[in-house]
Amino acid sequence: MTSEETPVGTLPGTGALLDVRDLSTRFDSPRGAVRAVSNVSLSLERGQTLGIVGESGSGKSVLSRTIMGLLPRSTASVTGEIIFEGEDISGFSDDQYRQFWGTEMAMIFQDPMTALNPVMKIGKQITESLRRHMGMDRTTAHDTAVELLRSVRIPEPAKRFDVYPHQLSGGMRQRVVIAVALACGPRLLLADEPTTALDVTIQAQILDLLEDQQRERYMAMILVTHDLGVVAGRAHKIAVMYAGRIVESAPTRKLFADMKMPYTEALMSAIPRLDAPPHTKLSAIRGRPPQLVNPGPGCAFAPRCPYARDLCSEERPVLRPVEDDPDHLFACHYPVDSAESIEIKDHLRAEQMVAEAAGGGDSDGW
Amino acid sequence: MGLLRRLLQLIVTVVAVTFFSALLLQLLPGDPVEVLAPFSSEEQRDVIREDLGLDDPFVVRYAGWLGGFVTGDMGNYYTVSSKRPVSDRVADALPISLQLMIYSQLISLAFAIPVGVYAAARKGRIFDKFSNATAFAMLAIPNFALALLLQYFLGVKWQLFPTSGYTKITEDPSMHFQQMVLPCVTLAVGQFAVYMRLLRSDMIATLQQDFILLAKSKGMSSRRILFRHALRPSSLTLLTVAGLSVGTLIGGALIVEVLFQIPGMGLMLAEAIATRQMVAFQSLIAIVAILYVLVNFGVDLLYSALDPRIRHDRTR
Ligand SMILES: Nc1ncnc2c1ncn2[C@@H]1O[C@H](COP(=O)(O)OP(=O)(O)OP(=O)(O)O)[C@@H](O)[C@H]1O
Ligand code: SF4
Ligand SMILES: [Mg+2]
Repeated sequence: MTSEETPVGTLPGTGALLDVRDLSTRFDSPRGAVRAVSNVSLSLERGQTLGIVGESGSGKSVLSRTIMGLLPRSTASVTGEIIFEGEDISGFSDDQYRQFWGTEMAMIFQDPMTALNPVMKIGKQITESLRRHMGMDRTTAHDTAVELLRSVRIPEPAKRFDVYPHQLSGGMRQRVVIAVALACGPRLLLADEPTTALDVTIQAQILDLLEDQQRERYMAMILVTHDLGVVAGRAHKIAVMYAGRIVESAPTRKLFADMKMPYTEALMSAIPRLDAPPHTKLSAIRGRPPQLVNPGPGCAFAPRCPYARDLCSEERPVLRPVEDDPDHLFACHYPVDSAESIEIKDHLRAEQMVAEAAGGGDSDGW
Repeated sequence: MGLLRRLLQLIVTVVAVTFFSALLLQLLPGDPVEVLAPFSSEEQRDVIREDLGLDDPFVVRYAGWLGGFVTGDMGNYYTVSSKRPVSDRVADALPISLQLMIYSQLISLAFAIPVGVYAAARKGRIFDKFSNATAFAMLAIPNFALALLLQYFLGVKWQLFPTSGYTKITEDPSMHFQQMVLPCVTLAVGQFAVYMRLLRSDMIATLQQDFILLAKSKGMSSRRILFRHALRPSSLTLLTVAGLSVGTLIGGALIVEVLFQIPGMGLMLAEAIATRQMVAFQSLIAIVAILYVLVNFGVDLLYSALDPRIRHDRTR
């Protein structure tokens, strides 16, 4: 049941695979409602990759878990629609989800050290879903699992079948997690920071592996990351998240060619450069991440935005398309380029920063 | 290395326990022989004194016992009219006590595991609150009070189970189990409460883990997630405490055996104390201590069976 058997998209091109409309997720906390995700809309075609980028705490994990239906119902309240294959799955019962999880949507987690059951052999962790969803018998499941381990490029897969997670390195464990997620041929894979916990040298290998698997299986993927550089060459579309909202989204090339949001720009300057020595600290975006409890009326980025003006803290900018391009959306009163005075301010800031950098500068990624 | 340390631990435990308990017993006033053989002649008493080493100083007596015990001589056990080697009596009594403890452990675990698991899965909901309240009530009742309550209601009033006695399982299995019900339940109730609470809190921690979310995102049923994924990594503390609580159980068994007239080690120990039979008493205590250390050794072995990480650490 590896690549050959997976049908190349049952009905290619009949509408989007995933269509999320006005999705919001709230957690009740003693301090008040935590608005982790607010009014998110996005869509994803079969076989394509959507990159979701944002700082820590911007709501990426909550968004992907909401789409998966994995949040505990007791604490999270979700509104909006999640249309998958033309069906709204947001009202699914646990039993409906259980049929769905693994076969339609699967998930990869950030930390491979904690994502696998420490007391279960890795082979078993793959076969149990094969046996449940595909009704395979023991030997078929075993052979399929070995094939899966081989396809995620684990050396000597037949031998590895019987090892426990702690006997493998982080990179190998993440490959196992990927094999677990791919086992029942999901149509959508949610990869929540799949390489963040890994060594730089391993990161590219894992991302390449994901890309290859995705292409072979004609599987759609949501690739969540805080590093714009990770999705740059890999995603068809990118959505930038800030404070639980999408603040800019566009096809990848357009986004990089013509970014509108000051926050996207700030993320851009936080991409680690290839020639930088490994493990150098990136220039993090200055200021604090936003308040999710009782957010103010204005743009959430205003306290940290170099282009902010009075209007920014008074009125929240709506997500709107760039004039001649409905695919490129952004939410900003004074976008990075076009707006009049911003240009000037940008220059002023730039000059100031150059001066600061010359005088010893505090933190610098350039 | 592990085995040698174990052996050392065993020896130290047994010597310490027997030495100090012998010391305590020796503080009791009165002539032991007076208590032991009230109707015997002075010559007979001298023989007993000689046998028990009562005229020797404490340390000599203790050393004598230790020497005997190591070579398999546990001394004699005196009753009003006769004496028998302690080892004979132990051969009868030990299996009875073991049965009592094993049955009650099984009962308490059989209830504690499912209740603990479901209480954790339904944390904060009615089932959880109810089982917590029940557990606290169970912890608050002392063994002897519970025994009396059970004897009165289930034994005397409703006549469901016999209130005392012991029958060998080979003789009459049905009678054997009927007689064991009340004493085992008495012992199991407190254990159940402790085990259930422990398992519940460890399960709650485990259920927060990523690998549980991964299992869920694979579409595993919640039963499977609870019992196949979460239970094993959550059961290490439970296992440790189950091993350690053999001590509590031995103490409980002593009371229960007396209350239910079960001729086990506990009843024998109680008799030995009452009649100041130091030699027999020390031998019995030593056996109990050895048992305790062995059980905990077994628990350690089970540990590595439950958690492969421990297994591989060991072999490395
Ligand atoms: N169960 C929960 N209860 C209350 N608040 C929560 C819960 N889960 C997440 N949050 C809050 O939601 C916000 C978004 O969290 P989320 O984990 O989605 O961020 P993220 O973008 O994935 O960040 P990271 O890069 O650190 O993974 C955070 O402020 C977090 O505190
Ligand atoms: S709306 Fe204002 S504060 Fe927000 S990003 Fe745009 S310029 Fe900055
Ligand atoms: Mg996250």
